[in-house]
Order: sequence, then C-alpha cells, then structure tokens
Amino acid sequence: MSTSQIPDGGHVASSAQQPVPQTETLTIAKAITRALADELAADEKVLLMGEDIGSLGGVYRVTEGLKATFGADRVVDSPLAESGIIGTSIGLAMRGYRPVAEIQFDGFVFPGFNQITTQLAKMRARTQGTREVPVTIRIPYGGGIGSIEHHSESPEALFTHTPGLRVITPSNAHDAYWMTRQAIQCQDPVIVFEPKRRYWLRGEVDTSPAAGDAQPSPFRAVTVRQGSDATVVAWGPLVPVALAAAQAAEEDGRSLEVIDLRSLSPVDFDALQASVERTGRMVIAHEAPTFGGLGGEIAARLMERSFLHLEAPILRVGGFHLPYPPSRVEEHYLPDLDRILDAVDRLFTY
Amino acid sequence: MEQPRPGAPAAQLPEGAVSLLDREGSLQRDERFARYLPYLDTLIEDRMRQMYRWMVTERRLDREATSLQRQGQLALWVPAIGQEGAQAGALAALHQDDWIFPTYREHLMALARGVTPRQLLLLFRGAAHAGWDAEQHRVQPYTLVLAAQTLHATGYAWGIARDQAGWDQDRRAQDGQITLACYGDGASSEGDVHESMVFAASYDLPVVFFCQNNHWAISVPSSTQTRVPLARRAAGYGFEGVTVDGNDPLAVYAVTAWAAEQARTGAGPVLVEADTYRVGAHTTADDPTKYRTAEEEQAFAALDPLTRFETHLRATGVLDDAFAAEVHDEAEQLAAQTREAVLGMTPETIGTLDDVFAHTYAEPHPLIEEEQAWHHQWQAGFADLESAPEVAGGESTVPVDGPEGAPA
Repeated sequence: MSTSQIPDGGHVASSAQQPVPQTETLTIAKAITRALADELAADEKVLLMGEDIGSLGGVYRVTEGLKATFGADRVVDSPLAESGIIGTSIGLAMRGYRPVAEIQFDGFVFPGFNQITTQLAKMRARTQGTREVPVTIRIPYGGGIGSIEHHSESPEALFTHTPGLRVITPSNAHDAYWMTRQAIQCQDPVIVFEPKRRYWLRGEVDTSPAAGDAQPSPFRAVTVRQGSDATVVAWGPLVPVALAAAQAAEEDGRSLEVIDLRSLSPVDFDALQASVERTGRMVIAHEAPTFGGLGGEIAARLMERSFLHLEAPILRVGGFHLPYPPSRVEEHYLPDLDRILDAVDRLFTY
Repeated sequence: MEQPRPGAPAAQLPEGAVSLLDREGSLQRDERFARYLPYLDTLIEDRMRQMYRWMVTERRLDREATSLQRQGQLALWVPAIGQEGAQAGALAALHQDDWIFPTYREHLMALARGVTPRQLLLLFRGAAHAGWDAEQHRVQPYTLVLAAQTLHATGYAWGIARDQAGWDQDRRAQDGQITLACYGDGASSEGDVHESMVFAASYDLPVVFFCQNNHWAISVPSSTQTRVPLARRAAGYGFEGVTVDGNDPLAVYAVTAWAAEQARTGAGPVLVEADTYRVGAHTTADDPTKYRTAEEEQAFAALDPLTRFETHLRATGVLDDAFAAEVHDEAEQLAAQTREAVLGMTPETIGTLDDVFAHTYAEPHPLIEEEQAWHHQWQAGFADLESAPEVAGGESTVPVDGPEGAPA
C-alpha cells in the first residue's frame, strides 16, 4: 500500500530532505498544460498531436500557449481524424518519437479505437519486445458538464480490458501534473483520462524535482482519507464526491476511508486489499455503467483475495446500462454523494 | 462457357497505365512514359538478375508453403503468386534503408530484404506474430488488420521528415529515407488509407503508397471497391497517382523509382497502383472457384510476370540457361530447407507463453507478474504427474483445481 497519505484530499506533499518547493495554485487543466510544457522542454522527441490543440490551445485550452512556445512542428494541429492521430503517433513512436495525442472528447475516441486496441496495445508483444511504442493518449472524460451527446462518457473499461495498455486518471492538480509527466516518460502506451468536469478544480502543485521524487508511481492507488468503517474507492471526477460523502458520513458517526485509485490498469489491488481487510466493507464508485465496468472486476478480485475479511458484499455505484443521457437529466444518471452514502448504508445492513 | 459475373475484372489495363514490356516480353520505350524511362537506365543487369532470382524464389517458397499448409504444418498461408513482378519491381526501386510497411502478402519483399523463410513462416505456423527483426531488415511486421499499416508508414515518414529537416536536395537524394506503404484494392476502402493520405498530403511526407490491385479482396472484385483506377484517388488528396502494369517488373521499377525520388526529395507522397492479379487463392482457407471463372484466371495467367520478365531477360542476353538453372536449383534447396525449418519449429525451438508475459509491457506490471506466477505454479503441478506412474484404466490424473493457494 502506498504510504503517501493525503489527509485533505489535495496533493502529495513532499517531505524529502529540505526540498525547495516550487508550489503554486493551479487548476487541473493548467497543471496538465505545465506538465506538457515541461516534457516538451525536457525531451525534444516529445510532440503533441490533436485536433485544435495548436492555435486554439485545445477546446479546453489545455495546450494553450504551447504552440507559441514550442512551434507548430511540435504542437501539431492535426487533421480531424482520430485513427490518423493514433496511427501516425504509432509510426512516429516507431521512429523514436514520444507522441502525446489528444482526443478531443471521450466519445470521439472510437474512430481511433482500432488503432489503439489492435495496433498500439499489441505492438510490443507482437514484436517480442523489440518495438516499443511509448504513445500517450489524453482523453477528457466524464459527465456533469451539461454538454451534448458523446461529450460526457466514461469508456475506461474498454481500455482496461485491453492487455498492453496502461490507463490512469488523476483527480487533483498535483497528480495531474506529475501523472501526465510520468505517462509521457513511460515506455508503454498510456491512456490518461482527464476528469473534464474537474479541469477548473484548483490545487497546490509542487513542480520541484524533490516533489517528483516523492511522487508515487502513477500505477499506485493513494489513500486520500483514512477511515475504519468502510472503504470507498473512486477515481477521477468522483474522488471529490467520495471525499464529500466521507465528510457527510463522519457527521453521522461513520468513518470512511477513501482511496483514489489513480491507475485503472494495472489496478493497485494490494492497496485495496489492505484497506478492505481493515474496514471489511467497500463501495466502488464510477461514472461508467456498472455492468461490465471496472468496479465489477475490482469487486471480483477482492472477493477472491479477501473473502473472509468481508462483512458485506462489495457494492458498486455507477451509471445505468443506458447510453449517456441528455444532459438535462444527467444528474439522475451520475452517481452522487447520496448514492454513495446509500450504498454505504446498505453495507451495514448485512 | 461460364459467363463472367458482373463486375469481374478484365485482363486489360486501364487507359494510360504505364506498361513497358509488351505481352511478349519486348521492351517498348513508349514516349508517353518519358518521365519514367530514365530510371530504367539505372537498372543494371545484375539488379535485373537479382529481381529474377527473387521472383523465382518467392514462387517456389510460395508453393512449398501451400503444401506445408495442406499437410497441416502451417495454420494458414497467403499466396502471393502472380504478384512477384509488382513486388520485385517496387523493392528494387528502393534504397536499402527505406522502410517497408507490408500487409501480409509481401513475401518477396521480406525475403529479398534478408528475412529467412523460417522467420517468415513463424507467423503462419502460429509460432510468433512477427518472426523477424524489423530494424535489421527495414521491413515492419506483417499487419493483419489491413490498412492500419498505412498510418504507421505515414507516421514513420513524418518522423523521417522531422529528422531530415534542413537537409538540402543533394543530401535528401543521397541519404534521404522514405516509407513504402503497401496495401491492396480491398484495403483501399478502409478509412485508414484515406486518413493516411490526408496526413501524408497535409505534411508533405516522404511516403510512397504502393497499392497492389490484385482485383480480388477475397471474393469481392475491385469493381466493388472503386469505380475508377485507384491511382486516380490521389488527385483528390492533391498528389500524383500512377497506375502501372503490375505484371511488368520493369514498369513497376521505373514508376516506383520515380515515385521514390519524388518522396525522397521533398515533393511529398505519391501513389503507385500496380495493376496485377492474385493467381492463387486469397489464403489457403479460400476457394476462388466460388466467385471467379476459369476463363478469367486463364486470361490473367497469360500476363504472368515471371514468364514475361524471363522472356525479356533471355532476349536481351541478361539471363541464360545456366543462370536460370542455378536460380531454380537454389530455390529448390531453399524450399527443402524451408520444409525442414518448419518441421523443426517444435515447442522447444519457438517461444513459450512466458515470452508473451515478458513482452506485453516494457515496465513492471503487477497483474502480469501475478498471473505468470500462477501459471508457473499451475505448470509445476503437472511436473509431478509426469514422473508419476500412469494410472490404470487411463483415467485422467489432471487436477480439477489449480495448485493450492493459487489465485484463480
């Protein structure tokens, strides 16, 4: 289990030997911008690709200013073609580049799905380890932004089900900065799902090397609130919701532990196991439909690992088995604080 | 006489297609094709003999592989017979360090680049997904989800363009690299071919799109993929497309050499459509009699690239009986060695599941480690059984459950 405890749900504070913190308050979006800029500066092989990421700075302005700083050759306004973006990124990676591709919205990744699943994910195994394709794919995901169809989905399970990929998602600005950098530096293909409704969530970000040293692996979960009665596992946009639920539960005299999963593939089962064996109860919350979702896989694995420690079945809170609904009714679709607390209550009825 | 089906291909080239060897193998320096003719003069006799050797070798290995598949020694084979002229012409036109992004039918190109028959057949034996070192041969692994490779070729060419930024024309012409994006008439309908041409055109990338139009996408004729010669599509992207007689190795050579020089010197992509014919089945799992006529096959057989090329080489004194006999003997020997190599692909000489566990991720991965450890335990459970005396009555001694303590 990770030892990086984050009592306030904020960032991992570095306590290394008299570090020189370089801390400022940034939104998640700007923390990612900073991470991209720092990787572009650190490695000339890094380049950004995507629709409208250059002059416009991306539809969420995550790449704002980067074209002006690094040039149109390294911050590339690509044609409107997701398969082309991913497919040429694979070719560039074969040549020794480290492309960072932006998919404009979650629901637009599917034209590139073939390249991601049949090519990117399999290339290393196909070539007996001789061809590495360190492509990073950034995908803003999730609902709650009042948008139109295809702009609010959470397709992470489709990618976690694909061997060869790594899938991570930050929930706060400090993690967004470091996990983006770690993803780009990783030799495996990494999909970074960015919680778009939290893009404007502010947090302290320490960009100092000491903070980088203290930063846990992006493939580890982090306990963002300690508790003893039940564990709530969440990721990306639902981490703040889970923390709010834990706060509310405390007022009812119930102590919830909240784990920010961070890495969706691989999953840090050791951290989850340690927690659920202490609390005996677990709720997993995600925006994606629960059927066939990642929560089901986590519940099944933990039942195998920790069956005799469980006081109740592991419960899931998630989306319904519906196409993402029109945004006027999304509040009834998305898991919220009350649905998490309801699941917690049910944990105690067994 | 069986009637050709509607849309069936005819054994005649589209109007304006570049063809230099006539059907009798005689070279016609047609002035309509003047811009390609100078490239013929760069084709020295040794190189022509080499092309002939490649073609004979591929055809012989192709037949051996088909036999091996029929005998149950290969999972599948993808015949390339009939397309040797297109592949030999294109390959001979490339520089040694140009990159080939193949489909799964560019056997001649792979073999000519030094991939051994054993390495080639590992894939078709089911022993590996890619049997050769791409960097060594400058031949990427075969791609089975067709058209995906055209985007990889385009992306790779993008990388080349970046690496060669600032080079002058002389240096580009001398040392510049290009990629050859191979695909066929079937895959021409895939969106990835379209997207790769958009990207290649938008960024002036050094890629030659090499379409072998063999007229059949398994059972569907090329007329279902396109109304016009596929080379004409290039105009829609803003670059040049040329249809060439794909059964004429010299024409394919000259056109591809021209196209490669365009791409190499910064003029951007070019599309070369080699109009050829898939003489054999799509794969050994296919039955062409269900969708095409014997008359059609005979009409195309008359265009055979190897016969035509050999006739030309003999008529011009480039090839004699002694050389032809030598090449055929070598091909026979190689076929025998290939058979031996395939039969030698025993579990001991090919990879294990551990290789796949080892190669899926570059960096440590806890789930992979956990599952591999479980698999080792599972296998270790059988080691005891192998040394134990056989149970009377033939009852299975395989445990129903995994080793104790193993995760399911």
